[in-house]
Amino acid sequence: MVYILNHMVQFRQTRLDASFAALSDTTRRGILERLGASDASITELAEKFRMTLTGMKKHVGVLEQAGLVTTEKVGRVRTCKLGSRRLEEEAAWIERYRQLWDARFDELDQIVEELKREKRINGKRNGT
Amino acid sequence: MENETEREAAPMKNSTTVERESEREIVVTRTFNGPAHVVFEAWTTPELLKRWWVPESLGMSWVSCEADVRTGGTYRFVFSHPAFEQPMAFFGRYIEVTPHSRIVWTSEESADGPTSTVTFEEKDGKTLLVLRELYSSKQALDDAIESGSSATSAAPEQFELLDELLVTLV
Repeated sequence: MVYILNHMVQFRQTRLDASFAALSDTTRRGILERLGASDASITELAEKFRMTLTGMKKHVGVLEQAGLVTTEKVGRVRTCKLGSRRLEEEAAWIERYRQLWDARFDELDQIVEELKREKRINGKRNGT
Repeated sequence: MENETEREAAPMKNSTTVERESEREIVVTRTFNGPAHVVFEAWTTPELLKRWWVPESLGMSWVSCEADVRTGGTYRFVFSHPAFEQPMAFFGRYIEVTPHSRIVWTSEESADGPTSTVTFEEKDGKTLLVLRELYSSKQALDDAIESGSSATSAAPEQFELLDELLVTLV
């Protein structure tokens, strides 16, 4: 299946667009630089960038949606870390895998319709 | 009973979902507008299987398709593709085949292939299909994803582009 997938070259552009949009902001680039040094909580990031918690949460949210940052909540602390390439690759793989099965199942739909039709005709013949 | 004068409704496009449900398992779901025995028949009859297993978009063609779909039976699918030097074979065994409801099979073309289970659950004339691919370990699934993510896929190039940008911007 893996080989088959390698021939299904399609990648969602939207994900990449989100990444570029996330990088267009100085603060968000600063956050990535800070997380490059070590993981940090939202509170720590807010303090460093002299921001409210709400403001920082928004920035982190944008980075998270773009897949550049991942967050994990342990107890009352939400820790942020650089999003791993592995997660991005996994998401892309799962999407390609979905497209493969979706294409298969579209064909299968047609066969199901055909078989239903055949059985209805046969059923009529045998029934009357 | 089916109303025979009723016009055939235009087939609705159902959506396919794929999720990594655990460290070792990928789950695919889809609903079909037909009874379970019909979906089962399309899955287990080689002539029918051949018509849907390799969608055109893959650019591959069948060299041969053998499938003895019963408990203990085996299958062997061979494909060719302009990019392959030689035909590629996928093969394994059917561990369990329960008519109209469940098929379990192995994939033995690679050392750490998954065990796949497909179930067909009928409700109101429609069938919910759930396919589970269970790998022997987290590592086996990670490896499958990794090898499927590299090579000819467009993604790595785009990640490189992004990496370069990060370096210059940060």
